[in-house]
Amino acid sequence: MNPLPDAERLCTQLATELKPVVTSGTAMIGLYTGGVWLAERLHAALGIAESLGTMDIAFYRDDYHQQGLARDPKRTQIPFAVEGRDLLLVDDVLHTGRTVRAAMNELFDYGRPARISLVVLADRGGRELPICAQYCGGKVDVPVGMRLRLLRDGEGKLKLEMQHAE
Amino acid sequence: MQNDPQLNANGELRHLLSIEGLPREVLMSILDTAASFVGVTEREVKKVPLLRGKSVFNLFFEPSTRTRTTFEIAAKRLSADVINLNVAASSQTKGESLLDTVSNLSAMQADLFVVRHGSSGAPFLIAQHVKPHEHVINAGDGRHAHPTQGLLDLYTIRHYKQDFSRLRVAIVGDVLHSRVARSLIHGLTTLGTPEVRVIGPQTLLPTGVEALGVKVFNKMQDGLRDVDVVVMLRLQSERMRGALLPSAQEFFKHYGLTAQKLALAKPDAIVMHPGPMNRGVEIDSTVADGPHSVILPQVTFGIAVRMAVMSIVAGN
Repeated sequence: MNPLPDAERLCTQLATELKPVVTSGTAMIGLYTGGVWLAERLHAALGIAESLGTMDIAFYRDDYHQQGLARDPKRTQIPFAVEGRDLLLVDDVLHTGRTVRAAMNELFDYGRPARISLVVLADRGGRELPICAQYCGGKVDVPVGMRLRLLRDGEGKLKLEMQHAE
Repeated sequence: MQNDPQLNANGELRHLLSIEGLPREVLMSILDTAASFVGVTEREVKKVPLLRGKSVFNLFFEPSTRTRTTFEIAAKRLSADVINLNVAASSQTKGESLLDTVSNLSAMQADLFVVRHGSSGAPFLIAQHVKPHEHVINAGDGRHAHPTQGLLDLYTIRHYKQDFSRLRVAIVGDVLHSRVARSLIHGLTTLGTPEVRVIGPQTLLPTGVEALGVKVFNKMQDGLRDVDVVVMLRLQSERMRGALLPSAQEFFKHYGLTAQKLALAKPDAIVMHPGPMNRGVEIDSTVADGPHSVILPQVTFGIAVRMAVMSIVAGN
């Protein structure tokens, strides 16, 4: 198995890639938890004027009927008008696409954005919905029974880690 | 705790019947979830799709417009279908038993029963007989419990005071008839409030109330001193048979909250009331509408708290 890519390098790479597309009208939303960490970094690196939005998709998940409500969902906070906005939606790992589906549904309860682009640090494949990332740090092969997670250490450094799925 | 009928085998909340006996983590989890729902209630679209396709039956054997309405709003904001049954005015008067009523509604594919009943324990009885996918929320049973009101009181206190571990809370008035007081006392104790006081005339305090871990005061002048939170209770005149009190005027003189009495509390004290208020009986208008009052925010938080409880139990 190939070693996992360096999350810090992918983050820098994404910032470089996004630089030319960011305009004064761009706004960014990070998805809890890892997506918020990545979004905080990108938001600062790109000098986006609008405050960063954060979103917890717990109330829009499609597995509520099997799993129940996720424990202690965070409060979604979008400090700008979504209507007509050019949005960068940021998550750490893209897998089935279900989180992104839920996030888009939640977003539309705030307004009708002009455009949503998806930014992810890593794409591990395994899509179950027709969703793809417009900006992707890198592709990672994840063996069956494992999951890819983004971690953040005490100094704020990002790191990808392979864990056994629960 | 293992046998608490409210919890499933994993210790998760399946019904909400009483705050008594619920572990701290369960209470905190409800309050944290409610905080996220407050965010939803502040949006333009105040609806999330969690309970889409589920049916919530508001089963009120005792009239209460306000509580029923807040449960109805909460269920609708979770996208559930809501059916309101004012049972006091229907089958029960024709002699149908409580469990028969519930079985009939169950046959109509109910998912969640919100029950208010004049008899203590009625929601427990229902919870013991419902099917595995059905859930029960107690919306007030007799003098026993009113857990969602207790939770919204806890939510309000946490919102304004953050930390329970350094608070002095006074609950004032008709504690004897108050299921709100009982639920709140259990909640405050579980969350580590060091001092909970009850203030009222001896005739309106339940015997042995000290056993709940509260300090008893008969005079406002003593009990209100240096408190952070004042919870006024409604004088439940409709529950009072016989002369527990000389008169409402007399009650106001001794136990009505006025600006003058409130001055004994801490300068940043908050004043709460579960509603409906009797102005001039337990609370003066200058206090009810004054800067210390958080009575209306309580109502708003109540919706988010009920959304949290419904979505937690219906998912477990």
